[in-house]
Amino acid sequence: MSPQAIPSPEPQLAAHSPETGSARRRRSRIALSAAGRVGLALVVFWMIVALLGPWIVPHRPGAVVSSEVFAPMSLRFPLGTDFLGRDMLSRILIGARYTVGLALAAALAASLAGTVLGLLVAISGRWVEEAVSRILDAIICIPSKIFALVMVAAFGSSVPLLLLTAAISYTPGAFRIARSLAVNLSVTDYVQAARVRGERRLHVACIEMLPNMIHPMLADFGLRFMFIVLLLSGLSFLGLGVQPPAADLGSLIRENISGLGEGAPAVILPAIAIATLTIGVNLMIDALPGRGRRTERGGAA
Amino acid sequence: MSGSIPSLIAKRIAAAALTLLLVSMIVFSITSLLPGDAAQAALGQNATPAALAALRAQLGLDQPAIIRYLHWLGGLLTGHPGRSLSDGLPVSVLIAKRLPESLLLAGLTTAVSVPLALALGIVAAMYRGSWLDRALTITTLSMVAVPEFLVATAGVLIFAVELHWLSALTFVLDHPTFGQLLRGYTLPVVSLCFAVTAQMERMTRAAVIDQLNQPYVEMAALKGVGLSRRVLVHALPNAVGPIANAIALSLSYLLGGAIIVETIFDYPGVARLMVDAVSNRDMPVLQACAMIFSAGYLGLVLIADVCAILSNPKLRRS
Repeated sequence: MSPQAIPSPEPQLAAHSPETGSARRRRSRIALSAAGRVGLALVVFWMIVALLGPWIVPHRPGAVVSSEVFAPMSLRFPLGTDFLGRDMLSRILIGARYTVGLALAAALAASLAGTVLGLLVAISGRWVEEAVSRILDAIICIPSKIFALVMVAAFGSSVPLLLLTAAISYTPGAFRIARSLAVNLSVTDYVQAARVRGERRLHVACIEMLPNMIHPMLADFGLRFMFIVLLLSGLSFLGLGVQPPAADLGSLIRENISGLGEGAPAVILPAIAIATLTIGVNLMIDALPGRGRRTERGGAA
Repeated sequence: MSGSIPSLIAKRIAAAALTLLLVSMIVFSITSLLPGDAAQAALGQNATPAALAALRAQLGLDQPAIIRYLHWLGGLLTGHPGRSLSDGLPVSVLIAKRLPESLLLAGLTTAVSVPLALALGIVAAMYRGSWLDRALTITTLSMVAVPEFLVATAGVLIFAVELHWLSALTFVLDHPTFGQLLRGYTLPVVSLCFAVTAQMERMTRAAVIDQLNQPYVEMAALKGVGLSRRVLVHALPNAVGPIANAIALSLSYLLGGAIIVETIFDYPGVARLMVDAVSNRDMPVLQACAMIFSAGYLGLVLIADVCAILSNPKLRRS
């Protein structure tokens, strides 16, 4: 590993300190898994919403269906109406689909790119490692929101650009995790054995190393997903993210912000939606078995 | 790799400078991938080709990208990063006006979040596994996951709209009284503190627990030393390095948070300047702001690194 590696603050978020004392550990694990189950339930709920959204909307999300703006919750409009009199339930269902879908795609792209680059660095020479690490170190130094502002200013905001921006911004973090996993794996006996018996580098990387990286990379993928949700809804809140007529959860808060004074559900509910999604992901990942153990093993290696 | 602490630190600084150079290349190439746009934007769609060509020559847009990059980099290093496209003022003047305000906000946030996070983190580590610790874990995990704009809008709704206790906008006065300062700054500072404090608490807790697991603390416990003495006298001095590292890394969260918070409260800082530059497509301002934020991030990481080097005798030898 390059000694000057700049630490990224993100992965430490849910990182567990290794705990000793078996009684303590058992108690805290039970408590955490309760929180973890809540997290899992929230995540599953939002995934289902994102998946089924278009088929369960009661109204067309763009249609003005009520003459009353910022209507309170009612039987006809379970979540009230927005600043134009559109049905809020439909808009949140579709908004969640944008938020979850975009963030999933971007997090997947970032994790894949990070894993591939991490493996590449582990099986190639020093120069490739230096070059890749340097460039990714530079990208990680541009805070993700700043990077997104630069990209939006240069190219204008669009869904593909937001996806690309989030993916680029979060690739270095995934790369660091993948690289350190791959470096640890490359000194294990079975990988050495595969090398000695003359397997090709690609075989060593894909058949021997990759399967053992998938679990930790999945936990990291969840964290990356959460950060991308925060980034994209922040951008939409500023009016620089998903552009009207389409709207993700962040844009819903922005366009209904004038209802804040009267406490309209149109502005409060999308806010709750974002918070339950991101908190759910974070609680779930923190409770994943193996996160604590992984840090312990990493420390011992 | 061998070397004394000063040479190790010098190496880190050199690496940071190299990284910053790469950052400048990335920022410049993204913002100048669409050539001639600045002139077109300034003159509009109906500009004559001659006027366009003249303005391009004036702005130096007719030169190859590498020359423009070197010119821009030279300006950046000598404190003359060009002029704003929207109001023609030098970028350095605009930033000089805004930077102290942003630093004030960051300073206030640091002053609030660091003591709070340290106290909570140390208490959580002392009573780890207890109800208090678990409650703190869930709270901080949730706080990290809540976006700044949610905290800020909820705060505005409750304390400014409903209760009229605090101001929804932050006015910068020349000689504010303490009361005015409190009214204006409480909401932005609290919004910024949210994620930073939570992050710092978790890292502090981990650093202290790491020390509490060491044999020397066990030894002290076996000798009959009490819990608070074990933590405060034995473990804490050894955890200072990791904690300083944690503080510096957590503070880097401020940089992104500032973008949202300064916009919501219409606070006249650098982040607000940058968001305005995006809407105006004011590239010189945008580039300079991006470089300031990246340099700020690198600076904090460098401080974290140096703290880790100074506090860890093993690193000194490696």
